[in-house]
Amino acid sequence: MGLERAFADEPAFVPYLAAGDPNYEDSLAYVEALAEGGADVIELGLPFSEPIAEGKTIQDAIVRSLESGMTPDRFFEFVEDLDVDVPLVCMTYYNLIYQYGDSESRSDSGTASGDTASQEGPRPFVEKAAEVGIEGFVVPDLPAEEAGPLREACDEFGLDLVFIVAPTTRGDRLERMMEQVSGYVYVQARLGVTGARDDVDDATEASLARLSDWDVPKAVGFGIKTGEHAEEIVAAGADGVIVGSALVDIVAEGHEDGDSTEAVADRLESLARELKQGAVRGAQERPQPERT
Amino acid sequence: MSTDDAHDPKFGEYGGQYVPEALMPAIEELADAYGRYVLENEDGFMDEFRERLADFGGRPTPLQYAEQLSARYDTDVYLKREDLLHGGAHKLNNALGQVLLAKYMGKERIIAETGAGQHGTATAMAAAHLDMPCEIYMGETDIARQRPNVFRMRINGAEVNPVTVGRGTLKEAISETMRDWATTVENTHYVIGSIVGPHPFPKMVRDFQAVISEEAREQAIEKTGGLPDSVVACAGGGSNTMGAFAEFVSDDGAERSSAKNPSGDEPRGRVDLVAVEAGGSSLTVDEEKGVAPNSATLSTGDEGVLHGARTKLLQDSDGQIMESHSVSAGLDYAGVGPELAHLVDEGRVTPVNVDDDAALEAFHRLSQDEGVIPALETAHAFGYLEENHDELGDTVVVNVSGRGDKDLETVIEETSKRDLDIAPDMSILNRVGGGGI
Repeated sequence: MGLERAFADEPAFVPYLAAGDPNYEDSLAYVEALAEGGADVIELGLPFSEPIAEGKTIQDAIVRSLESGMTPDRFFEFVEDLDVDVPLVCMTYYNLIYQYGDSESRSDSGTASGDTASQEGPRPFVEKAAEVGIEGFVVPDLPAEEAGPLREACDEFGLDLVFIVAPTTRGDRLERMMEQVSGYVYVQARLGVTGARDDVDDATEASLARLSDWDVPKAVGFGIKTGEHAEEIVAAGADGVIVGSALVDIVAEGHEDGDSTEAVADRLESLARELKQGAVRGAQERPQPERT
Repeated sequence: MSTDDAHDPKFGEYGGQYVPEALMPAIEELADAYGRYVLENEDGFMDEFRERLADFGGRPTPLQYAEQLSARYDTDVYLKREDLLHGGAHKLNNALGQVLLAKYMGKERIIAETGAGQHGTATAMAAAHLDMPCEIYMGETDIARQRPNVFRMRINGAEVNPVTVGRGTLKEAISETMRDWATTVENTHYVIGSIVGPHPFPKMVRDFQAVISEEAREQAIEKTGGLPDSVVACAGGGSNTMGAFAEFVSDDGAERSSAKNPSGDEPRGRVDLVAVEAGGSSLTVDEEKGVAPNSATLSTGDEGVLHGARTKLLQDSDGQIMESHSVSAGLDYAGVGPELAHLVDEGRVTPVNVDDDAALEAFHRLSQDEGVIPALETAHAFGYLEENHDELGDTVVVNVSGRGDKDLETVIEETSKRDLDIAPDMSILNRVGGGGI
């Protein structure tokens, strides 16, 4: 276990990109650019065909990645090919994790037969992820109630399982998550799906207040796109900021305009730097905790 | 009415609540409301629901003896006429129940997805009836092939939002409606259209649709003196299917019971439950393209997680969801209700499938022989009856889940591509210079 370490010294900048967007080689360069720009943890999306928690920006990234041939096995190769010294988290939907152990038994027949239900659940996927160096998971469609088997597999292989706390999460549900979460908690800054917005929501402060007694770092995501956003959010008490859509937008625009890989990577690195610096400034503005 | 625990989200290994965290409080609130209003009739909810189903919906629907089909198959065939429900399909049972429940819960806005447009139409009608604003998400492919239902939704005052991602059918529409709900959950109820999605939707939708089998079981006993040997219903997501099966599930004796029961005792015995899926153009899957040219989830799918539930799915070996296909938009879905998946595994429900050609032929046969124009979805059930009536016993109930007016353009186009002896000659339209219907 160890994603907490990325938040230890200063506020963490946690970027997201869909692996393989818009293609394998460019995507490697883009993820490496984020690391250059100061990423403390990188969330790598493994694309699923039905991403129900994503807004249009990331849905489109997922389509580009799938069309360029991304699969779970290619994803694991991608992680091995990456030249970064930053902890990596796999963000994906539960069906891909759940089916992984079945791929071999199912891929040999044209018509899937009805009796090949997964016997091993999430374990084979987690084992493979650990082998290639993934350190944790974020699974948007897996609430704490259904997370038991994945949590067990993560414990077995020493991986973290990050949960998303929504503005609507209260009471028992918070308790259940607190028991299962490790690494960091993903604080969803507002209701809705992912996507860059222009303002910072009041719900963020309320959510952070509800989590004040949790002992894992709190990273806020959804809608952050500038250094100023990152600064405000960290000043409000976050231990880190998660940024996806604003970075994916750069990839999408570069792809549409036919820009060179280097040019897009430079833009990513520069926004990454801005976000990281914003987060660091935010920490300096925070009221100093009274310590004895 | 079911006595299931409103807080038990599973059917064996199937079901559950695999949804983004932002939706969890909403589905917990809904599970609580389901328990209180639907299962316990708090504030007289179920009384009002039943009254509105009768006065607004036109229930009960008849169980009609089909004379020509009975003679053709030498089997007593009864039609459960859900096509006569207001709106022309079984969908109103669920839509009215959920919109009314949303009102009891104090919600102010209704959203829904639709595939064939039948659920969207029913929801738009129910929302107008109960004075709630309503927005419907519909894939653009489905908008193109189900235009009459788009008109009906708009005429009832609903917004129709086209969904352009993916292939633009039901699967994408459900995902998009869930995204809307994730943003608007505090004041909005999502009226899901089938027995799919996270708990409590599969149980709640089944309970609203169970009125079909509640009536059919009583009507069958009244008309024949006993239980039917088989109940046959088409299955896409499975709401008409579970509605037609629900009250017969416990009729699971060792032997069929159509030996009549003159003593007046409560009839017992086994009622076979047959779920007829869309075999599409082929059961063979194209892994490379991620396409299954069918929607035969129960017959050929395997276990996975989609749209909030663990169930049987059409998916590739990695777990990516396949694009399904059927000539009938309402069956065109890569998942199926978790309860049906469970009942199939238990051996209580038999999954079978009928291809596009046989469904089209059955559509024309029922229209000509019985004067009932069925929905293309429903036609699949009659396609199965044609081929397999020998195995279904002496008395068969077929659920006529909807009427076929919405499908006429598709039927004429698809029929003209094939050489079906049974199809009527439509050349009169060319002779008088008109083309449309």
